[in-house]
Amino acid sequence: MEDKDKKVESLHLKLIPYFEKYGILLLLVLMILVMHILQPDVFLSWRNVTNVFKQISWQSMLALGVFMVIVTAGIDLSVGSIMMLSLMILAVVAKAGAPWFIVVLTPLIAGFLCGVFNGLGITLLRMPHPFIMTLGTLYIFRGAGNLISGGTPISGFTDEVRYLGHGRIDLQWLGLEKSQYLPVSLVLIAIVYIIFWIFLNKSKTGKWIYAIGGNPNAARASGINVNKILIIVYSLCGFLSGIGALILAGRTDSGYPNAGLQSELDAIAACIIGGASFFGGRGTVLGVFAGVMIMGILRNGLNLMDVSSFWQQVLIGSIIVLAVYIDVLRRDIGTRK
Amino acid sequence: MSSTNNPLLEAKGITKYFGTITALENVNLKVHAGECLGVVGDNGAGKSTLMKVLSGLYKPSAGSLFFQGKEEILESPRDSQNLGLEMVYQDLALAGNLPIGENIFLGREPTKNLGFLKLLDFNKIKELTNAHLDKLKINVKSADQKVEELSGGQRQAVAIARSTAFNAKVVIMDEPTAALAIKEVGKVLDLINGLKKTGVGVIVISHRMDDIFTVCDRVMALFQGTNFAEASLSNTSRDEVIGWIMGKK
Repeated sequence: MEDKDKKVESLHLKLIPYFEKYGILLLLVLMILVMHILQPDVFLSWRNVTNVFKQISWQSMLALGVFMVIVTAGIDLSVGSIMMLSLMILAVVAKAGAPWFIVVLTPLIAGFLCGVFNGLGITLLRMPHPFIMTLGTLYIFRGAGNLISGGTPISGFTDEVRYLGHGRIDLQWLGLEKSQYLPVSLVLIAIVYIIFWIFLNKSKTGKWIYAIGGNPNAARASGINVNKILIIVYSLCGFLSGIGALILAGRTDSGYPNAGLQSELDAIAACIIGGASFFGGRGTVLGVFAGVMIMGILRNGLNLMDVSSFWQQVLIGSIIVLAVYIDVLRRDIGTRK
Repeated sequence: MSSTNNPLLEAKGITKYFGTITALENVNLKVHAGECLGVVGDNGAGKSTLMKVLSGLYKPSAGSLFFQGKEEILESPRDSQNLGLEMVYQDLALAGNLPIGENIFLGREPTKNLGFLKLLDFNKIKELTNAHLDKLKINVKSADQKVEELSGGQRQAVAIARSTAFNAKVVIMDEPTAALAIKEVGKVLDLINGLKKTGVGVIVISHRMDDIFTVCDRVMALFQGTNFAEASLSNTSRDEVIGWIMGKK
């Protein structure tokens, strides 16, 4: 009898980590199936699938950055504004006639520096919560973006600058048609996500990011320089927002004042749907990707079915609540009380 | 119990101010290899502050620390760890979201090189963890189990395992049994006795006379931030020690 209990318990223990890791993928697959059944001709067509990836390309960068911050039990509300400011700096530099390789670097550097600014504010000024610092910079960065651009859109970039957001990888050599190309932004998403997966799961710094989220006092007592790690995390988050700006520049061919408005909320939503916990220390890169995909597919599918964008808002909100409720249930069975 | 030899760790004249508050004034402490020193005192007597000074978390306002006869200045917990001075905190200082092995090696993870990348060596972490837990006779299902899934006693055992994983010479424990069920207390005290046998100097802060009288060789009392009394266990009694805590000799 006891033996049997043990077996059940160990099976239970073995299953939970898998559920924790891959449960969200089940939801994603389920959504894809439902959409496919509802829209059998269009949804899984080459054109629509690449469309989804193009649409989520810059959001996926913001979400990944915000995810790292959330793992430390922090929050970054300024990613949309960082992206807008980086985009505006890119636009101004491009209009000034700088060579393309300089133009391409500017949003990355600008985003990174914005992140450093957030990180220094949170650690050096000892803000009671990152919410406050990044709420401040949400206004500061967007205001700065409007100041340097005069609040008007700046359009027209060269093809090199637009490559990451707009480029196509021709697959005709594989015998596919000309319309069946691979968006460069899709390849970029894959590369960036793989790099950050390795960073968060296989490096010391990545492990310490999780440890800080789990228990900052434990991290400090282990000799980890918590402030330094936090500055790194916010800087990387800003850097990813800068990549987002570069992708957006390619997609829209313009810098505009409303770029990335409220996208910080989308980024947070994707992390939460993907299983990241606001209390820190929990969540996976794969989960964030699934979260971004779920939001992208939902929007895309509802657009295909001509559902009003108001309903989209209602549905996305519902999915956030549902996803977190599933998380609560999961934690009930996973953790000792 | 080689009280005649040089002490492993000695603190002389430790004083610590927080603004205008004097938390410690001219406190002395020493511990020898294989010896367990009990530190008692009422709340606010300065026990935790003293331990945080010893672990490098606080810098003393005055006074000096000697480790194996040599004066050392601790800038951070990393400095004290490098000397072989480990601390088991009252709140355990474990990250619940990480597995046992990763907690034990947190901040000092073994790595392997993959080209120019330095990646964590998870196999080695697991191997070393299992060997270390075996050595201390700590039973857990697996080194991969997350700490938040463990009971209070198991967590305390992991915290102690963590403190001794890197050839610790002195282990400081802040209320090691405070949060435990009675049946788990014995296991933790056994662990402490085991540590002493391997030549580790142990400092235990505790309110529980049972703990002090089970594992300690010597006991010292702090009162209002100063040394109040000290005796070897064979020369004192529970009632006397309880009196010291309340400031009566």
